[in-house]
Amino acid sequence: MYIGRVTGTVVATIHQETFDGYKLLLVEQLDLNGKSTRTYDIAVDVVQAGVGDVVLVLDEGNSARQIIRKEPDGAIRAVIVGVVDEISLAGQ
Amino acid sequence: MKFARVIGTLVATQKYQGLEGIKFLVVQELDRDFKPVGDPTIAADGTAQAGPGMLTYVVASREAALALPEKFVPVDLAIVGIIDEVDRPDISRQVPVVNWHKKPTAGEVQ
Repeated sequence: MYIGRVTGTVVATIHQETFDGYKLLLVEQLDLNGKSTRTYDIAVDVVQAGVGDVVLVLDEGNSARQIIRKEPDGAIRAVIVGVVDEISLAGQ
Repeated sequence: MKFARVIGTLVATQKYQGLEGIKFLVVQELDRDFKPVGDPTIAADGTAQAGPGMLTYVVASREAALALPEKFVPVDLAIVGIIDEVDRPDISRQVPVVNWHKKPTAGEVQ
């Protein structure tokens, strides 16, 4: 899982049936200073996240399939599973 | 899942069992600004409707095979959607509502 920021929305009318009814968002991975990295993902949203939100992104297939329960064999990998409220980093 | 541009088609008559009827396309993975990243690769078409020139999104690894009718086939990249629109509003001046505690400086008590 990683911390990301939602930077956009993606619309795809023709899609594989697993994606029926789900919203797709464009997420950029953040480093621990909150800066955007070049890494991005197109993720399925299950927590009503919006553009600009800092979110928790899951990028693993089996976990995603457990969330997308209506389709146990779904071809989904990246899922937004939380909207981040607070991050605390221990001192070094 | 990543952006990919379809840049060609591939025909293979002899295929592993379970891949009959599956369309293969040559795709170029793109970065967030739709610029090409890496070399073109071959993807199976999970939508059955993609074609050259289209902007699509692809899923890799084990989940790629799950996009196809037969779930246990040797495929590691599949097209799962054809993109109509990507909206990226300017969020550079929008401060996220997250309480981001930075690393404490030396001397601060945890």
